[in-house]
Amino acid sequence: MSIRNVILCGVGGQGTILASKLIAAAAMRKGWHVMSAETIGMAQRGGSVYSNLRFGDDPIHAPLIGRGEADLLIGFEPGETVRMLPWLKPDGQVVANTGAVMPTVALLAGQTYDGKTMCDYLRQAVAPGHLLLCDGDRCRRELGTARVLNVFLLGQAVRSGALGLTEADVAAVFPDLIKPRFLVLNQQSFELGR
Amino acid sequence: MGNAAIAKGAVAAGVRFAAGYPGTPSTETLENVAKFSPPSGERGVHVEWSVNETAALEAAAGASYAGARSLVTMKQMGLNVASDPLMCLAYIGVKGGMVVMVADDPGPISSQTEQDTRRFASHAKIPCFDPSSVQEAYDMVRAAFELSEARGTPVFLRPTTRVCHAYSVVEVLDDEELPPPVAPEGFVKDSQRWVIFPGLSYRNHEKLVRRNEELSAELSDSPFNAVVAARGARFGRLGLVAGGISWALALDELDRRTETPRLFKVGTPYPFPEKAALAFLEGLDIVLCLEELDSVLEEELLKVVGKHHLPVKIIGRLTRTTRVNGENTVELVKAYLRDFLADGEVSCGTVEPPVPPPLPMRPPVLCAGCPHRASFYAVKQAMKGKKSLFCGDIGCYTLGNARPLDMVDTCLCMGAGIALAQGVWRVEPDTTCFAFVGDSTFFASALTGIVNAVYSGADLTVVVLDNSTTAMTGHQPHPGTGRTIRGDVAPRVSIEGILRGIGLATVETVDPLDLPAAVATVRRVAAEPGVKAIVFRSPCAVLAKPGPALRVDPDRCIGCGRCAKELGCPALSLRERPDSGRKLAVIDETQCNGCGLCAGLCPVGAIGKGEQQA
Repeated sequence: MSIRNVILCGVGGQGTILASKLIAAAAMRKGWHVMSAETIGMAQRGGSVYSNLRFGDDPIHAPLIGRGEADLLIGFEPGETVRMLPWLKPDGQVVANTGAVMPTVALLAGQTYDGKTMCDYLRQAVAPGHLLLCDGDRCRRELGTARVLNVFLLGQAVRSGALGLTEADVAAVFPDLIKPRFLVLNQQSFELGR
Repeated sequence: MGNAAIAKGAVAAGVRFAAGYPGTPSTETLENVAKFSPPSGERGVHVEWSVNETAALEAAAGASYAGARSLVTMKQMGLNVASDPLMCLAYIGVKGGMVVMVADDPGPISSQTEQDTRRFASHAKIPCFDPSSVQEAYDMVRAAFELSEARGTPVFLRPTTRVCHAYSVVEVLDDEELPPPVAPEGFVKDSQRWVIFPGLSYRNHEKLVRRNEELSAELSDSPFNAVVAARGARFGRLGLVAGGISWALALDELDRRTETPRLFKVGTPYPFPEKAALAFLEGLDIVLCLEELDSVLEEELLKVVGKHHLPVKIIGRLTRTTRVNGENTVELVKAYLRDFLADGEVSCGTVEPPVPPPLPMRPPVLCAGCPHRASFYAVKQAMKGKKSLFCGDIGCYTLGNARPLDMVDTCLCMGAGIALAQGVWRVEPDTTCFAFVGDSTFFASALTGIVNAVYSGADLTVVVLDNSTTAMTGHQPHPGTGRTIRGDVAPRVSIEGILRGIGLATVETVDPLDLPAAVATVRRVAAEPGVKAIVFRSPCAVLAKPGPALRVDPDRCIGCGRCAKELGCPALSLRERPDSGRKLAVIDETQCNGCGLCAGLCPVGAIGKGEQQA
């Protein structure tokens, strides 16, 4: 497979890093070259975070993805998805959660911020047929916790076809990276909305 | 992860002693050494979080004097702390190989400065390896140990964030391929070797210079430094030099082109491989340098060009062809190459999406339920209306600077807040001065400042924010936690005991989440004369077992917004009631850990446990 560039973005604490590691591990099992870069450190405390993930048969030198080069953007938060949209290829795929996370500073500054404006913008800016908006709140409603949002979005991304990996490819690495007591919950989340 | 690859490489190289102090982006290296090595046996490794970088480097030097291979890990700011012993150690040298891994942070993403350890290497006359990928980081750490032991010198390995925190497939040696373990020879008494004196330094200085000249020639043949011939004839008189992640970014971009200039990859920026550089420069007209932080490669090339009277133009940061600060991104490297090659062969037609709606800033904030928020709030309440100064320090609690808390007036470097407060107080004695310091920072570098403040007769309050971990870097233990990096029990050093030992008459410990008690303690302690201390002790919200989330009773909430606006807790927000449009406080139950700070603040008692939330 030619190099696939994937960006995951969201708010620190939403679990982008685990989702990125699951994809990377699944790509490694295919025998592909894999490189990724993570936001680790201060921004993890509720700041904007993103992961760059690159894999495929061709040689890869650097883990970073340039503007207009991402095949797939997995957005955990609508505003953060909009922030990273310039990195998407013109015909790239977006898989985005509709649930907004209100930034504390916006609240204090009296700014309004709602995910709906962001989702409307995504509908306008992403090429037709390349936007999949997901109701991530289903994790909380149907599984009782928002902590598996990452694996829910991963499932949606896999089924969009833009990841270049199958459900079986990704599910196979769950036991390597997810603690046994959370395994079933994550599998349920992965399959939610299938 | 790059840091894990470095750890794996160090273990493969037979490291026996590994020490460091946490700091982004270096932290995971030492944790992975502990993971990849047994604590005892013939391949056993002693791994420790030292109290600071100076202690780590000195302890590792001792282990190397005794013949063991040692690794020291830190971020670039930590190298400043460790520079006193390191500058001297460069002259004394080591017996067992010693690698000093210093992670640089272009951006900076999580640091106070954009300093360049390659520059420090030439300042200290210590060889330096600069990996461009995770694989090369693994290969280089092993080569660095070999070089260190062969030449009896500490050696730098300086990855940057994009190597430390990059993940990639790495080929490593199998356990069967590892060289047999070597038992360290032990320390051999030799005062002519291990005791630094002016005469010894005079003699060794000349040896260092000669050795580095030899290394420059040797390293010219190293696979880490490579000259790659131009592809095609079009750019035959152009050259590109790069090191670190800039090299990898350049290769990704050049892979898209059919014709490329001559390339020079520098993996050992110090000593600079002059012989290889001469071969690279032969017949070129102009050379573009791609690097981050300082213009190290550019200046080295200028030296070579000047020394050998070569008619080659060198461009880069000094000519302002490339940016002097921040990271080299994919876009920047693409633009530099496009301009340099002026070939119009732009690889990717980016279509900018329509103008997006305004995006809110999302700076990092203290977590929901963070005890630091309660501590800052208590001091703020107690000092309301009084002329006061709040000196901050390095750690999660630097985030206390953000509104609405706005409780960090200064922040300089690890442990500086106390002496800073002392200096301000001396000039403005009518100011009530506070110095906030975290528990790990307290042990690392606060003690000198406190002793100084006591001795100088200052009047200030030291506030220790003790969440019983080094939280910002990912929860490393420290001397106050009673645990080691391997999770074993260690002697626990008492913060209060140290403060009393220094001579502070007033040292009070209080739970910051008990707001009335915390405010009363601040008022009482701050009124005492001289240097006094408050220890706010409450575990980090990420580690503590969360209590049940609090809920807002919509019938009682008057929508005043005091909870959200005074605390800035990310779990709290205000929403408009669909029926009346009046405001209603809302608690995000996935984030709330039930710390109760907002409940204590609510003027109508609308926040509590188990109420129904709208």
